[in-house]
Amino acid sequence: MNNILVTKEVTKQFGEYTALDKISLEIPENSIYGLLGPNGAGKTTLIRIINQITYPDSGEVLFNGKPLKAEHIAQIGYLPEERGLYKSMKVGEQALYLAQLKGLSKPEAKKRLKFWFERLEIGDWWNKKIQELSKGMAQKIQFIVTVLHEPKLLIFDEPFSGFDPINANIIKEEILRLKDNGTSIIFSTHRMESVEELCEYIALIHRSEKILDGKLSDIKKAYKNNIFNVGLQTNNADILLRELTDKFTISASKFDAKENQLDFTLQLPTDDSGELLTYLASKANINHFVETIPSTSEIFIQTVQSKGKGLDE
Amino acid sequence: MNKLPLIIKREYLAKVRNKSFVIMTFLSPILMVAMVVLVAYLAKVNDNESRVIGILNESNFFSNDFVPSATTAFVDFRDVTLQEAKDSVASLGFDGLLYIPKDSTVRAVTKRSFFYTKDAPPTQVVERLENTFQERLRQEGLHQLGISAADFAKMDTHFQMNTETFSGETNLKGINEIKAFIGGGFGYLIMMFIIIYGGFVMRSVIEEKTSRIIEVIISSVKPFQLMLGKIIGTSLAGLTQFAIWIVSASILLLISFAVFDIDPSAMNAGASIAPNMGPSLPTVDQTMQLYAQELFKIPWAMLITFFLIYFILGYLIYSSIYAAIGAAVDNETDTQQFIFPIILPLMLAIYVGFFSVFSNPHGPIAVGFSLFPLTSPIVMLMRLPGGIGEGGVPVWELVTSIVLLIVTFIGIVWLAAKIYRVGILMYGKKPTYKELFKWLKY
Repeated sequence: MNNILVTKEVTKQFGEYTALDKISLEIPENSIYGLLGPNGAGKTTLIRIINQITYPDSGEVLFNGKPLKAEHIAQIGYLPEERGLYKSMKVGEQALYLAQLKGLSKPEAKKRLKFWFERLEIGDWWNKKIQELSKGMAQKIQFIVTVLHEPKLLIFDEPFSGFDPINANIIKEEILRLKDNGTSIIFSTHRMESVEELCEYIALIHRSEKILDGKLSDIKKAYKNNIFNVGLQTNNADILLRELTDKFTISASKFDAKENQLDFTLQLPTDDSGELLTYLASKANINHFVETIPSTSEIFIQTVQSKGKGLDE
Repeated sequence: MNKLPLIIKREYLAKVRNKSFVIMTFLSPILMVAMVVLVAYLAKVNDNESRVIGILNESNFFSNDFVPSATTAFVDFRDVTLQEAKDSVASLGFDGLLYIPKDSTVRAVTKRSFFYTKDAPPTQVVERLENTFQERLRQEGLHQLGISAADFAKMDTHFQMNTETFSGETNLKGINEIKAFIGGGFGYLIMMFIIIYGGFVMRSVIEEKTSRIIEVIISSVKPFQLMLGKIIGTSLAGLTQFAIWIVSASILLLISFAVFDIDPSAMNAGASIAPNMGPSLPTVDQTMQLYAQELFKIPWAMLITFFLIYFILGYLIYSSIYAAIGAAVDNETDTQQFIFPIILPLMLAIYVGFFSVFSNPHGPIAVGFSLFPLTSPIVMLMRLPGGIGEGGVPVWELVTSIVLLIVTFIGIVWLAAKIYRVGILMYGKKPTYKELFKWLKY
């Protein structure tokens, strides 16, 4: 698959401090890519390099296979974490200005803005000033301005901070729709659970270094420990539990006498669970049988610990 | 596509549409004109105030010396005591009582004379009385020496050194000051413009920083473009404001002078309240003509050309420093420590200009400060009305000064752009000079 963006050993230093240490990433075209890591890990610096706001001390960034240049700015849309708008400027005028800065002609920008304003049901805001709008309203406009020039690559830094749940959902839907239309998307966030369901690929950044990257499903597969959560309906829990303990590694067992339900966690040596399932079905009614898949933040913590580095947060 | 015009347009419109800017633009000329008219009007009223002064003359001198004028009348008291005279002056509402006692000589009389008033007397009145006494004393002295007043008048001791440049041009006394004043006017204009509109640039940068729009914008344009667009847009707004001020102020002044019936030249009268008591110059008109000629000889086209060059370069240097300061701080209160070092060279230029360039336009201090790039826009303009080349500013000095200015301009803008680029994305860091120095290396 074609990569929309590739970074090769990108390094950036601020004085003595190394903000990025040889970061190499491959971001596949038409995917949603999660750039994850705690605050201060270096995500924003990397994004600023991609947006050519700052430049790497060494290393290379390729956009669509070619070295990143000024002309690529028009093909990237960026919603920064620190975002705002001119307070005393009218909404429409401001959106037009920002769109023109991205290289759109005035009539074209006007046409597209009209479309988006109607789509997000904010058509009557055109002549309002930003200071009259709420924070969530302003965020909608920022979103429109970010995507208006139909960039090939969209970068969202902490996209859902500041949005109320309803608007966050609207924006999420819009992002997914853009992805379906062929846009590649980078999410950068320290709240890993907020984008987990959206991302196909992730990279974990910790203390200026990349500690893990790849397809999220592959990573999950690699990090799962064949642990299953099981709930059984049984009248003789004691006997059953003893039998199971002889055969498998059982932990965290609990018996609810009122409901006659036995809950426990079980670990298998391999991920072949068919045999176990047949065995359990022969012994009792199965209420639930779920494989426990580690969350991204659990994977993150595990990776950091296995690399022998303590976690600050 | 070049985005600079877009940025300039936005910055210009943002400034021009700003409410306080609009109010300032239209209110200032009215306030200014109102002040001028008020001063002129008050001067007129003050001039017309008439005074009555009582005189109790017990001596044999000063019988005909006090001549009434348009604003001052004298009333003689006779055969009353000093206390009675004082009482009647007070009850009649006169402005004062001059008491001249009886004595043998003029000198003794003058020594014991008194001027009584209700409050502290106005300076002009006292000066007038003093002049009368002095004149009388002088006549008395001449009389004792046996010289007649007519003979003395023939002795005109007024002398002016004739001066000429080596190339044979006549120098006029004071013309250097007048020329420097004209240049100083230009220099002052530059300073005011830098301080006012440099401040606007700075606040505009701070606004972008605090509203957090900055990162959105610089993901589309280069920070340097944004900075340049901001500076140009703001200065165009400033020029618009200046133009409106000049045009509306002149119209308003003309109208109000017509309405209030004030002769503008009368305003200068205040300055010449105490004219030289000595014999007047017979060649006043001639001299005035020479001055006028000299003023016409000032190469105005050259002066305005260089004014524009120095203005643009000087303004760009200073306003990019202002932009860098705006980028370095989070709010306006933090700017104080950085603003003072900028204003310092400007103030220095004005003071050095007025104290040193006026008296000696081509002395070492004047030359030094007109070469130093941070002061040259102001100081050089004060020297330039004297012309270029022989008798004026040497060509090499002018060229050196402009070259230095351009080099500094490039250097400063480069440094400012670096600080700007890093600073606009820094939040919550108290900027120190040390910190700014570090940013230059990022």
